Amino acid sequence: MATGIKQLDREEAIAGWIFVTPALIVFGVFLVVPILFAFWYSLTDWNGISPPSQAQFVGLENYRSLLVEKGIRQADFFKALKNTTYFALGVVPLQTAIALVLATVVNQRYLCFKGFFRTAYYFPSITSSIAISLIFLFLYQKSGLINRTLEWITFGRWEPVTWMNDARGLIHILLEQFGVTLRGGPAFLHQNVLGLRVWDWISGPSVTLTAIMLMNTWTTIGTMMVIFLAALQDIPSFVYEAAQIDGANGWQTFTKITLPLLRPTLFFVVTLGLIGTYQVFDQIYVMTAGGPAKTTLTMAYIVYRNGFRNSEMGLGLATAILLFVIIFVLTLLQRRLTEVQD
Amino acid sequence: MTASTSLEQSSSVNPWPASRLWIQIRLWISYALLFGLAFAFFYPFLLAVTTSFKPLPEIASDPVSLLPKTWTLEGYELMRGMNVGRWVFNSAFVAVLVTVGNLLFASMAGYALSRIDFPGREALFLGILGTMMIPGIVLLIPRFIVLKQLSLIDTYGGLILPGLVTAFGVFLTKQFFQSIPVELEEAARIDGANRFQMFFLVSLPVARSVLIALTIFSFQGSWNEFMTPLIVISTNKDLYTLPLGLAFLRGGIGMNLQWNAILAGSIVTTLPMALIYIFFQRYFVEGISYAGLKG
Repeated sequence: MATGIKQLDREEAIAGWIFVTPALIVFGVFLVVPILFAFWYSLTDWNGISPPSQAQFVGLENYRSLLVEKGIRQADFFKALKNTTYFALGVVPLQTAIALVLATVVNQRYLCFKGFFRTAYYFPSITSSIAISLIFLFLYQKSGLINRTLEWITFGRWEPVTWMNDARGLIHILLEQFGVTLRGGPAFLHQNVLGLRVWDWISGPSVTLTAIMLMNTWTTIGTMMVIFLAALQDIPSFVYEAAQIDGANGWQTFTKITLPLLRPTLFFVVTLGLIGTYQVFDQIYVMTAGGPAKTTLTMAYIVYRNGFRNSEMGLGLATAILLFVIIFVLTLLQRRLTEVQD
Repeated sequence: MTASTSLEQSSSVNPWPASRLWIQIRLWISYALLFGLAFAFFYPFLLAVTTSFKPLPEIASDPVSLLPKTWTLEGYELMRGMNVGRWVFNSAFVAVLVTVGNLLFASMAGYALSRIDFPGREALFLGILGTMMIPGIVLLIPRFIVLKQLSLIDTYGGLILPGLVTAFGVFLTKQFFQSIPVELEEAARIDGANRFQMFFLVSLPVARSVLIALTIFSFQGSWNEFMTPLIVISTNKDLYTLPLGLAFLRGGIGMNLQWNAILAGSIVTTLPMALIYIFFQRYFVEGISYAGLKG
């Protein structure tokens, strides 16, 4: 780590600071100052159009209207929080698991067409999220490829779904199969908690949100796979040879050797996944703009919508800072969880 | 390297005696799954390419079949009418400058943070590392405020300057410079080279592979970036980048879409990255392993 071989001399110090100056200017102007602005303007009613100097200080009003005060702002905030959480809960485990399996498989020494598989799986990761969203918008049409493929697989029994306009929650649909509906359910399901009925909280992601989740998983698997792959290649082969001599089978080798050695990478990949999914924006912007029935409203999208569409920059900033706190807490929590297991 | 070698491998560690036939079948199923998955990852792009050459009525009546009955450039002509040439130029121009900026400034900072002993270095590095924790969406509005104050809204400057150095680039190059032997530079120092000469003439040329990785990541990041252009460009449509132009083409929710044009635009956006990826594939993996894991 340390390169402190020389004693500190003036010339070195000057050179050092000159080398970092361009980076410092960019970070200062476009990272540090904005963060300070974010805290300050989240306490004002600035609308984004008038000069910022004319913004009125309103204290914690923006935070209050998002978290406490009953109304559409609170309802939207918690809808977005609910949707985003379902999004993360669906995407992160799925993409991590598939990426891990693929990396392990593609890393095998005796696999043929290794290069081809890696190329194919990583390909969506390099593509513009906007281009991918548009391509999937095409595939998700009612008469599009996804429905047709499902029809084909189920020998025509599949009912085509209007993927981009179906607000039914997955858990609702599942419960309905067993005859459980809101109408026949107990009274507490109607209770309003933080702007949403209990029934809506537990409804699961809507069909439309699920469609976007699957697309997102499809897109990010490659990146996560390459990260796992890099870590796998760092595991020295003698470790595996030793396991083989001890008579471990493939599954034992995977669970007793590969997985423990990959724990730091696993943490890294899950963290990356959480940070990414809690900020999902581009796909929502292009595909649904939060609809249908606000079931694809995400945290990042309401930051944008409150700020730029509704001209309530103060409110948008308060939303952004709350999102920041949520991501931060989740990352810490996750670190805690992985440490406990050690 | 053949299937039979692999089969011997797995049979030697197998606790239960399996028949050769069963192993063979398992192998075929595995390969079928791998190829099927590869197909699932690739087919959407393929269908998008061929559909972009179909006329609109044909897409409406059959959005699934792979090959067009009538080939047409209608979609591409529609795109040209939308000024797509300008979007391509803007995207490329911005991405090239962002990449050059990162190559120069990020590697300078990464070099100083790993090789030059100066007061405040550790704190600085931790600070830069800290900025990587800030979710991009949190910066959306406050960056808009800064850009507005600096009159950078609706300018190339607004598109380029915020990306000119990324914390990722600094981190990547720092990790690399840390890994090369000091002796290389010491020889130059004894010959009387100063820090700048040591950096530009000795260390930078050695860093070729990591610089290629940085080039790819910077270019890719800028080329695909959507949020920055979305807030920087408000009225001047001549400054649209490809992703922003594409989102604009898509229009409002529920509108009738000119699929051949939209897919043509998606292909134009995807193609350059696809070519870069195919030719420089190994640097993607190398870059990720430098950044993520060789800490």
